[in-house]
Amino acid sequence: MSADILRATAAELSSELAAGNVSSVEVVTAHLDQITRIDEDVHAFLSLDAGRALDRARHIDAARAAGEALGPLAGVPLALKDVFAYRGLPTTCGSRTLENWVPPYDATVTRRLADAGLIILGKTNMDEFAMGSSTENSAFGPTHNPWDLDRIPGGSGGGSAAAVASFMAPLAMGTDTGGSIRQPAAVTGTVGVKPTYGGVSRFGLVALASSLDQGGPCARTVLDAALLHEAVAGHDPRDSTSIPAPVPPVVAAARSGDVSGMRIGVVSELGGEGYQDGVEVRFNEALVLLQKAGAELVEVSCPHFAYALAAYYLILPAECSSNLARFDAMRYGLRIGDDGTHSAEEVMSASRGAGFGEEVKRRIIIGTYALSSGYYDAYYGSAQKVRTLIRQDFERAFAEADVLVSPTTPTTAFRIGERIDDPMAMYKNDLCTIPSNLAGNASGSFPCGLAPEDGLPVGLQVMAPAMADDRVYRVGAALERELSAIWGGTVIDQLADSTAGDYLGVSREGVL
Amino acid sequence: MTLTPDDVARLARLARIDLTVEELTKLAPQLDVIIASNRLVSEVATADVTPTSHPLPLTNVFRSDEVVASLPVADALAMAPAAEEDRFRVPRILEEEQ
Repeated sequence: MSADILRATAAELSSELAAGNVSSVEVVTAHLDQITRIDEDVHAFLSLDAGRALDRARHIDAARAAGEALGPLAGVPLALKDVFAYRGLPTTCGSRTLENWVPPYDATVTRRLADAGLIILGKTNMDEFAMGSSTENSAFGPTHNPWDLDRIPGGSGGGSAAAVASFMAPLAMGTDTGGSIRQPAAVTGTVGVKPTYGGVSRFGLVALASSLDQGGPCARTVLDAALLHEAVAGHDPRDSTSIPAPVPPVVAAARSGDVSGMRIGVVSELGGEGYQDGVEVRFNEALVLLQKAGAELVEVSCPHFAYALAAYYLILPAECSSNLARFDAMRYGLRIGDDGTHSAEEVMSASRGAGFGEEVKRRIIIGTYALSSGYYDAYYGSAQKVRTLIRQDFERAFAEADVLVSPTTPTTAFRIGERIDDPMAMYKNDLCTIPSNLAGNASGSFPCGLAPEDGLPVGLQVMAPAMADDRVYRVGAALERELSAIWGGTVIDQLADSTAGDYLGVSREGVL
Repeated sequence: MTLTPDDVARLARLARIDLTVEELTKLAPQLDVIIASNRLVSEVATADVTPTSHPLPLTNVFRSDEVVASLPVADALAMAPAAEEDRFRVPRILEEEQ
């Protein structure tokens, strides 16, 4: 029974809950038990909220029994990245600076999750302030990849992706500034979507780079991601960059998966040298399947994508050095050295020196350099021009194709510790995902198989024009359908039923 | 051009972050590599390209000026490192001689 609950998708749980075949208390309990059983090994969660989760589940069950109208995801549990403010639970952003900080308000995303009846189980681990691609930069220790506990689960949202991949939650919320939803999805064999910039409110989301940050869904299936997307997206008057337009029809697109006649553009610059063989093999197989499903493949060129990484590592540090100035040890967060002899400025510098980890310091200093007088035009100014060129590349490509595709990451999950002392090697994880953050368009990662050489998941990235998020889901659903027809299940089902996934305790073979 | 530990120390001072000597020694060559590779942007950032600061065409957003309840003082101060008389208590902001 418990394994069936854990293996169920959010959409399946939704039907079972509505039919009265299972209660929300049972569903939440099963997931909390799974967390207790395996999170010591995976370390996806930074905090748990069992008491409140069960209270809310009881409340949803009672409301359902009383015949109240409930949303499709009411009673379904979810894991929340520790960057969204949620009253009553610490929001640490994976940083010592905010170790015990409990926010006095809820993020709009958090409020919408509650309004939709979703049950927040706890907060998930992340690279400090979302800076990283491996979750190794968390001040509270790394998260482990459920496919191989010695490997990274991606980052910054490694906790959210790992929670979903290890059946500790059917759904999770992430944020994506340069790939922090999509890259973890790719390396854990799950689905992750970065909505169009402005599609999901940033109010109450601790800012990394305000012109790039975007919240979005993590799930094991395309439909589940779309259901969560729909629950949290939409205009928010509290976020002045929120788009005042209806949410694109993402759920309908995920249910349809019809790509017949769709022009799929393969970006020629995102492949070749530096890309793992197994990644390219699975990516090319996926293209053939999409073609079989009725899509037309075209090759497109985006020549300025080669400059995206350089531009991103100027724009992001510049914005983050400014955003993280708020951690000044005056109103909240870590304060050290306040013994009456030191000035505010000395206390500020000491507290930031002690509270920030290495990667945060690196990026703040690069940002300070890029914005300093004499260097501003050469670095930050030029990076902003590259942003224009990348936007224009997208515009030209979207004139020839309805969506663009590429591998999500150049390689599969690497070992914990392997790239931690080589920042440039770490940054290259985000080579394919960064352009969509710079241009603000919608983009998602979908599992497309396991690399033959290491048996680890590979992700296919789908990029669509701004506010055409539904196209991302349409292609993702088509791919999922084609692959499931071959495998008899999703990529993550293969982990659950394999020897490597024994510790998860959710094998169908064991149950039947 | 090479970024020295002294340069990093100056930048860290501007950013109000205390760094140890070990950190300065480790960060300087790393930052130098990152900044050198970022210099790639100048190859294509010619004078005729207009910069983009934001992915969306933004216009100012206004709301009607209505009085609403603000965050209660106790909530605002709940996480303060130090508070006094309903205010944040901070270290002195002036030097002794001033």
